[in-house]
Amino acid sequence: MRSGMANFSKSNVPQFAVDVYQNEYLPEGGREVNAIVTVTATGGGTVGSALAAPHLYSPGQGPSAAVALMVDCSGSMDYPPTKMRNARDATAAAIDTLRDGVHFTVVAGTHVAKEVYPGGGRLAVADATTRAQAKQALRSLGAGGGTAIGTWLRLADRLLATADVAIRHGILLTDGRNEHESPEDLRAALDSCAGRFTCDARGVGTDWEVKEVTGIASALLGTADIVADPAGLAADFTRMMETAMGKEVADVALRLWTPVGTTVKFVKQVAPTVEELTGRRTEAGPRAGDYPTGSWGDESRDYHVCVEVPAAGLGQEMLAARVSLVIPEPGGSVQNLGAQGLVRAVWTDDMAASTSINPQVAHYTGQAELAQAIQQGLDLRKAGDIDGATAKLGRAVQLAGASGNADTAKLLAKVVDVVDAAAGTVRLKAKVEEADEMTLETRSTKTVRVKK
Amino acid sequence: MSQMPQQAAVPKCPSCEEPLESGDRFCGACGYDLSVVPARPEDSPTLAVNGAVPAPDGVDWPVARDSDGHGHPAPLHAAAELPGTDSGGSPLLPPPPPAPPTAPPAAPAAAAQSPAPGVRFDRPDEPDEYPLQAPDPRLTGEHGAAAQVPAPPAGPPAAEKVCVACRAGRVDDDGYCENCGHAQPRERDHMEQESGPVAAVSDRGLRHHRNEDAFSVGCTALPDGAPASVAIVCDGVSSATRPDDASLAASRAAGDSLLGALPRGTHPQQAMHDAILAASRAVNALADEPATAREQAPHQNAPACTLVGAVVTAGLLVVGWVGDSRVYWVPADRSTPPARLTEDDSWAAQMVAAGLMNEAEAYADERAHAITGWLGADAYELEPHTASFKPDRAGVVVVCTDGLWNYAESAEEMAEAVPLDAAARPLHGARVLVGHALDGGGHDNVTVALLPFPAPPQGAGSA
Repeated sequence: MRSGMANFSKSNVPQFAVDVYQNEYLPEGGREVNAIVTVTATGGGTVGSALAAPHLYSPGQGPSAAVALMVDCSGSMDYPPTKMRNARDATAAAIDTLRDGVHFTVVAGTHVAKEVYPGGGRLAVADATTRAQAKQALRSLGAGGGTAIGTWLRLADRLLATADVAIRHGILLTDGRNEHESPEDLRAALDSCAGRFTCDARGVGTDWEVKEVTGIASALLGTADIVADPAGLAADFTRMMETAMGKEVADVALRLWTPVGTTVKFVKQVAPTVEELTGRRTEAGPRAGDYPTGSWGDESRDYHVCVEVPAAGLGQEMLAARVSLVIPEPGGSVQNLGAQGLVRAVWTDDMAASTSINPQVAHYTGQAELAQAIQQGLDLRKAGDIDGATAKLGRAVQLAGASGNADTAKLLAKVVDVVDAAAGTVRLKAKVEEADEMTLETRSTKTVRVKK
Repeated sequence: MSQMPQQAAVPKCPSCEEPLESGDRFCGACGYDLSVVPARPEDSPTLAVNGAVPAPDGVDWPVARDSDGHGHPAPLHAAAELPGTDSGGSPLLPPPPPAPPTAPPAAPAAAAQSPAPGVRFDRPDEPDEYPLQAPDPRLTGEHGAAAQVPAPPAGPPAAEKVCVACRAGRVDDDGYCENCGHAQPRERDHMEQESGPVAAVSDRGLRHHRNEDAFSVGCTALPDGAPASVAIVCDGVSSATRPDDASLAASRAAGDSLLGALPRGTHPQQAMHDAILAASRAVNALADEPATAREQAPHQNAPACTLVGAVVTAGLLVVGWVGDSRVYWVPADRSTPPARLTEDDSWAAQMVAAGLMNEAEAYADERAHAITGWLGADAYELEPHTASFKPDRAGVVVVCTDGLWNYAESAEEMAEAVPLDAAARPLHGARVLVGHALDGGGHDNVTVALLPFPAPPQGAGSA
């Protein structure tokens, strides 16, 4: 079943719609209710042609935004030398994609963070002149020093906070491990930045740590990816900046109301990527909590909500959860985005009804398991547990094939030899390119939607 | 609907059930004049199968020798003596200028070929075979005789805003408790309505979370002023999308159609046939509508429901159905046998009909209650069944969904459950029958309409 409606309208803010897919029927004594909640934002006024020709996009037409570009300038960026050059070119391409009027800054990151442009603790406002000046400033970028990503993020946060804008976003590029600060330092930096700006993270080459990059993107509600070949950076940076320029509304939270006696077992984003949100709940009044979703352009995401309700008698019906979207505002109030979806529970003695699994729930349960199987399989492989790794990656091959996740299947095939995809029988490849293994790990959380 | 097998049972006296021999003109036991029972017509009537009472003419209507021979104080009215009133009891509007009659005024000729009482006609294009009184041209025409009120909900009082489940939470706009989340009673959970002499009650039952049954009752007058009462009962098909919408649309469309057609002089059996078609169109139209926000599903199918209806006019009882909702006849004189007047469009009925299983085997199968006919866009082929009966005595007509007849399957069981004063207090009778189903377990939605059938006017049944 599906339910929900959108009726929110305001200039420059997309209309949100909430659709709920679930089997609401429970057997006698049944308590667990699963639902896939699809949130779709449309009509926010994002103009594709304006993105393709940003110089024609006059100030004030898009939402006010500020962007910080954080470029790794540690010593390793000079090996090979093309890496630094590609990073400069990619940053220049991203600057060219900035819409006129958008505030921006370029930060050079080593064991410390340094403002490259415009400097002085300020943000520049994008126009032809500032874009040219920024690109000129990139020429001074040189490699040398260590890596302390937490310092980059804290500087970006301070700079982004100087502008009174709707959207704050970072783009972070690193080529190495976060060796010059403790994991706790990075964690603390992420905690202090979470909710203040969103950030995409990219690892270039193969000498960086996947869990660091994905952890940054996860904490700051952005995307993570690998750019194994530095030559691919410019295109990737352009795409990232286009997406950032398409964001219309920031700090949207999924609000979940549940009745008394109900336990939220988990809330996770399941499309376009798997993102666990259960532990990121902020209490929002009686029996309600907010889960952060970051900023939105015209896009659609799916969430898997699982709650445990008190058992009720046959023929009873109850509301197991009410899903809505809000933007928290200073002072504790919220802006309600109007759309809402109802997750219901109905107890029946019709076994055919209560035992069927909603196709969306089944699909995303499989996609979440796929992501977990890949991560566990690769961890076991690194730990030398060949049998364990083979079993987990075999299961991943099976799930990827059954669900039609072709991209992930392709990545898996570079790490294992598939004997029988349907049965999940695989052999670990004796020799695996590091880039292939890192790509699989970085992209393991990418999901596909239900086949129609 | 497939043909039911002809009953091979020995013919019995309609009055005392004494077995008869061919060629008998009077019953050897009671002296009943068997010439009153006409020969079986050739139009392959289907028989009401309730096994217990096999009879040569299908439902074995007890035919009275004399219309006043039972000592019942049944009212004997000539149709024209009854002033038509609306459901509020007010006089009907004066008739407008005459219009051409829509029913053939061929009563005397038709009466001469009158088939046996109890014969069902599945061919609605031959209604003129019935000995109906010819429409009076002065009274023919459309007028505001139809009086139908949509089934009013018997919902909770408007002031009730506290959750019925936890008694603590407020009830929010979408009908759920803000504290415990429990759904609040909905207006369709329990519905009751009276219209003239007819009454209906519908209840969610004890095991289902919503009521997917619906009904429509009303009364009107024929062109000659004779009263006509109408009841339609529909049962939404749960495996289809929006079954509750389907039953509501079908019952309303069929009720409206009948209450529009009867005052125009359309033969009640033709009107019933047309009403089923109108209901079918109404349900089909639901499939074209954009799904409501609440019920939109990625793989939905067309809404569907059953339909059963009855029309009672002076001396004539017309039933119509598609699916497994039923009509029972329960005579006021409980010493005479009751009867089921409809034949389910169900898997079991078809198996029995095709001779593939006996009744016991067929109804023991888990597929027994799968229906083989319904209203809805995905029905293979709509086969509306209609039948006319001319009971010779007073009684009450029970129109119900399987939520009731599952707890009173045979005609005898149903008669047992119907209170003796059901004709006089139909609403009370319908409540009692719903209570019977709930006491039995209330596994399904329960809906029943009761239409009193007055003793027919003297002489109306014979030509």
